[in-house]
Amino acid sequence: MARALINVPATAKKGEAVEIKVLIQHPMETGFRTGPDGKLVPRDIIQRFSCTYDGQEVFAAELHPAVAANPFFAFFTLATASGPLIFKWTDNAGKEESQSADIAVT
Amino acid sequence: MTTRRHTLIGGGALAVGLLLRPALARATPETMAAAVAAFTKGLQVKPGKVAIDIPPLVENGNSVPLTVSVDSPMTELDHVNAIAVFAEKNPLPNVVTFALTPRSGKAVVSTRIRLGDSQILLVIAQLSDGSFWSQKAELIVTLPACVEVL
Amino acid sequence: MKRALVIAALGFSLAAGLAVAASDPRRSGFDFMSRETQAMQKDDFSNPGMLWVQDGADLFKARTGTSGKACADCHAEPSMKGVAARYPAFNAKTSRPIDLQGRINQCRLDRQGAPELPLEGHDLLALTAYVAQQSRGLPVSPATDPRLEPFRRQGEALYKKKLGQLNFSCADCHDANAGRRLAGAPIPEAHPTGYPLYRLEWQALGSLQKRMRGCMSGVRAEPYGYGAPEFVAIELYLMSRASGMPMETPGVRP
Repeated sequence: MARALINVPATAKKGEAVEIKVLIQHPMETGFRTGPDGKLVPRDIIQRFSCTYDGQEVFAAELHPAVAANPFFAFFTLATASGPLIFKWTDNAGKEESQSADIAVT
Repeated sequence: MTTRRHTLIGGGALAVGLLLRPALARATPETMAAAVAAFTKGLQVKPGKVAIDIPPLVENGNSVPLTVSVDSPMTELDHVNAIAVFAEKNPLPNVVTFALTPRSGKAVVSTRIRLGDSQILLVIAQLSDGSFWSQKAELIVTLPACVEVL
Repeated sequence: MKRALVIAALGFSLAAGLAVAASDPRRSGFDFMSRETQAMQKDDFSNPGMLWVQDGADLFKARTGTSGKACADCHAEPSMKGVAARYPAFNAKTSRPIDLQGRINQCRLDRQGAPELPLEGHDLLALTAYVAQQSRGLPVSPATDPRLEPFRRQGEALYKKKLGQLNFSCADCHDANAGRRLAGAPIPEAHPTGYPLYRLEWQALGSLQKRMRGCMSGVRAEPYGYGAPEFVAIELYLMSRASGMPMETPGVRP
């Protein structure tokens, strides 16, 4: 369950604001729902998501149970240098996942 | 005939809905105010600078597309530090909080959120000068007719 | 750290893909959705169903069973194009129709020497979505085997059969009242062009059978089990009814 679909433009001009789209496979179980046995389904959510690029965290999100299942984020970042954008997310059990995508800046 | 049938379907679906949707705890005005104060540290919040793009009539509260943009040049000296989203009638008032930097380039963020009921959504942005700005959106959530068991 | 698997934009235009002949009165469930939900389906980086398609692509290449073979060892990828648009097909072995999920499981048993995957489980949905996505934009082209005809007629009869405490047939809503509203939601015409699809209500991918089970619970009928011959017969009828409409897998619906 560490799947993500990440859309980073392959190339960009230096100084251009590029749009990043991220879709992460995760149930975002709220902890408020009851299962077929009548018991609460334990909370299982991503709590923090971040994007680090060219030596700095350029975007982060703190998630609560009201973020939809299979969380989706679209945000912008300035193209500063060629290299990887590193995406990290951590769930409420402390488990961290990450993926990266490269951008070539001209 | 058709009219009666139509009413019957609606009634049946509603009854199923009532049976299957567990009664949830809701954010109270107090928990909402506390969540907002935790973000703003009790400072004044002015209306403006924030724009919310969200469908006014929500097809399914499980996944509601939301885009927030803040009127900001996003420079080193003048940018958005954070954007927080609050829902007054969800079980918890906090929805999501974003951290931005001058390297964001544009203060535009999209995500998908859950809304437990028709309600007012509150978005507050914190700028680099420490000021807080807000916008509200009123939403109607139409549950799908055939609510399903987990 | 895993490298991002960036799925190349497929240059797929749903607006064009969904343009059935202007004279065709049939409408996909897509046409009944809000602009926002349509946008979610149209963009592959925004459509959550693509997460399952991506998993299915990996499973298709994974060697499994006593044969040590992957699906891809026999089926070169382009050969899956158009396949989902022709299912359910006639299964000579059982002299019955078989749907795409059933065929994948039969292949696992007979060719791969692997156990069947649980119906409606993640892996079978992912494989089915991956195969069906390759038919996206192609017209539904029902199998023409004449031996399917009695089953298609059975499916039609089941579609029109009143069920449950509310005593409704599928046709009572999806034919007689299509385009009208049930509570707040529009009633679509029951064309199964996007399955398996991501339903916001499910917060996950699901099959046409899952959708039908939901409808059956809605009219307070005891739903058929997953893989029941009744469901395969209805699938057969619905696909023939949707003949010529473009496939949309993975669809998104409210």
